[in-house]
Amino acid sequence: MEFLFRRTKVLEGQIDDFLDAVSQGALLFKHTIKNYLNQEDEAFNRNIATIRKLEKEADQLRRSVENYLYTHSLIPEHRGDVLGLLENMDNVIDTAKSSLNCFSIETPDIKPQLVNDFLSLADKAALAAEAVVMASRDFFRDANAVKDHLHKVYFYEKEADKIADSLRRRIFRLEIDLSHKIHLGAFVKHVDLLADRAEEVADRLSIYTIKRSA
Amino acid sequence: MSLLFLSSGLFLGWSLGANDAANVFGTAVGSRMLKFSTAALVCSIFVTLGAVLSGSGASHTLGKLGAVDAIAGAFMVAFSAGFTVFWMSRLKLPVSTSQAIVGAIIGWNYYAGALTDYNALTKIVSTWVLCPVLAAIFSIFFFTLFRVSIRRTRIHMLKLDKIMRMSLLLAGAFGAYNLGANNIANVMGVFVPVAPFQDFVFFDGMVFTGTQQLFLIGGLAISVGVYTYSRKVMETVGNSLFRLSPEAAFVVVLANAFVLFVFSSVWLQQAITSVGLPAIPLVPVSSTQAVVGAVLGIGLLKRAHGVNFSILGQIASGWVTTPIISCLITFVALFFLQNVFNQEVHRERRFKVARSVVQHLHLQGFRDTAWNSIGDVMFHSEMSLDMALAETCSLTARERKSLIQASEMVEIFVDPKIVAKMDRVSLTDNEWRMLKKISGKRFDYTWQFQQALAPWTELDPGENKARQQAKLDRLIETFQK
Repeated sequence: MEFLFRRTKVLEGQIDDFLDAVSQGALLFKHTIKNYLNQEDEAFNRNIATIRKLEKEADQLRRSVENYLYTHSLIPEHRGDVLGLLENMDNVIDTAKSSLNCFSIETPDIKPQLVNDFLSLADKAALAAEAVVMASRDFFRDANAVKDHLHKVYFYEKEADKIADSLRRRIFRLEIDLSHKIHLGAFVKHVDLLADRAEEVADRLSIYTIKRSA
Repeated sequence: MSLLFLSSGLFLGWSLGANDAANVFGTAVGSRMLKFSTAALVCSIFVTLGAVLSGSGASHTLGKLGAVDAIAGAFMVAFSAGFTVFWMSRLKLPVSTSQAIVGAIIGWNYYAGALTDYNALTKIVSTWVLCPVLAAIFSIFFFTLFRVSIRRTRIHMLKLDKIMRMSLLLAGAFGAYNLGANNIANVMGVFVPVAPFQDFVFFDGMVFTGTQQLFLIGGLAISVGVYTYSRKVMETVGNSLFRLSPEAAFVVVLANAFVLFVFSSVWLQQAITSVGLPAIPLVPVSSTQAVVGAVLGIGLLKRAHGVNFSILGQIASGWVTTPIISCLITFVALFFLQNVFNQEVHRERRFKVARSVVQHLHLQGFRDTAWNSIGDVMFHSEMSLDMALAETCSLTARERKSLIQASEMVEIFVDPKIVAKMDRVSLTDNEWRMLKKISGKRFDYTWQFQQALAPWTELDPGENKARQQAKLDRLIETFQK
């Protein structure tokens, strides 16, 4: 019987690898920001290189899965949804990479009193991204279990928003140049964007799940 | 000429292949889970196999309703049924070949003066009602089972897709086999008593009967219908009528296949009766109505608001209108064929309640002797004898039927020349000895011939009773003038 599912197994593996890449990207995102805030330059640069590689791999896997689904007309009912999901998940790791890139290029000067808030923001954003990866895995295997993870995504995204809001208030109350304030404020948005991307995927997933369980 | 008369049956077969094959594979092809070429190939092979190997059950019940005994009559019965389907479809009225052919046979019965077996008719009509109801029950059961097992096993969407494709193919093959087994009776059933084909034996005693040859031709006609016209219908069924998920499509295909199986499987019927349950009548049913029933079942399960219950009303109206229209068309068409084209649409039959028949029936336990008064009268149709009996005796309908059967006059002459030339491969030594003993004798009634040969059922107790009866029937056919 195994030979009948050989190609399916390869494809399942590719989707799992893609989701692994996104999940690893979210974890690395958190660690790399921590490296930056603790001024661990070597680890920071190493992680930046790793996340670039992961993002490239995720892109390749996504394209390969999409091509195979289309050329072999697989899952006709859910193909559009799966492709939409993969593309949006790809945006999550893209966002993580480009945020970290900004840290690497612009090297914002983050004041010590803001470090904990930045760490906490990065943590919540990464948790939101991880929860949406879990939800996506369940979408492929058990549509009814997806909602168990979606509520976590919404929870972490809200938490991240709250932290981002208070962090920006604190930044704009600091005795620093306005340009510096605006620069730091932009980085708060960069980090928070990962949680927003995770929420966008969650919104789509909840619709796909309703369609799948209908 | 015989083959020309078969053409109406072939047309019915083509139309069955063009339309009903879509009920089996339509949802699978329409949802692009299967390619048309794969579906058409599997459908053609399995429809033909089902028709040849298991087609006898349903056609036997149809035969009970009325045995059309002249090929021109069978042609017109099939043609009228086909025309009814074509005409009602054009008017966008709900129609089914199964219901049209039943109406056409009743039309022939009226024209030929043959009695309609109301027991068989009641059985057939009850299955029409039962068919969509059973399909709905099956689909609710399969859908629930399917959902629970999917939830428990947590199969990956892609693996499920692969399993669905294979399951659709298997369920479709099973459905096609049962479609052939069940609906070949609609296509070729009326030609069974008048088929011009001879049995032939091949390999070691394997018999390819004339009926099977007839059903093979019908199966091939269905296959032609599948290849030439069903693609469009399949895509319409799959996309326009009901938009189903592949899972629901699979459940519909499976429920349809099981309904057709229930109403065509001799094996299932024997299994059910062996445990003391009432037998399921083997009757040709409408696969379209089975599909509609199955879809409604899923709709009910999902508590869908869009379920159109008026469709059930339309189906129910078809149960009445189709047979009536088909019956009327057949009656008028037979009149034209006989009187304008001078074709024999039914055999001349003679009935006489002779003294020997009375004695024979007394031995069977009949007590009413009032039929003695009609003993010298020759009747030329079942209906006229039945009416005379109804007026003079207090027999039940079943007893009247037995009496009519026993009093049908046939000329059986066991011609020694034919006996000498006979192929005795299928007869045992004892049977052959017994047949030679009655060589040269004449019989007026079928039961006399059977009585003369009756001891042969005791000669070889190991022999299958149904097989022995089939051999007796073949002998009657051989020696009947």
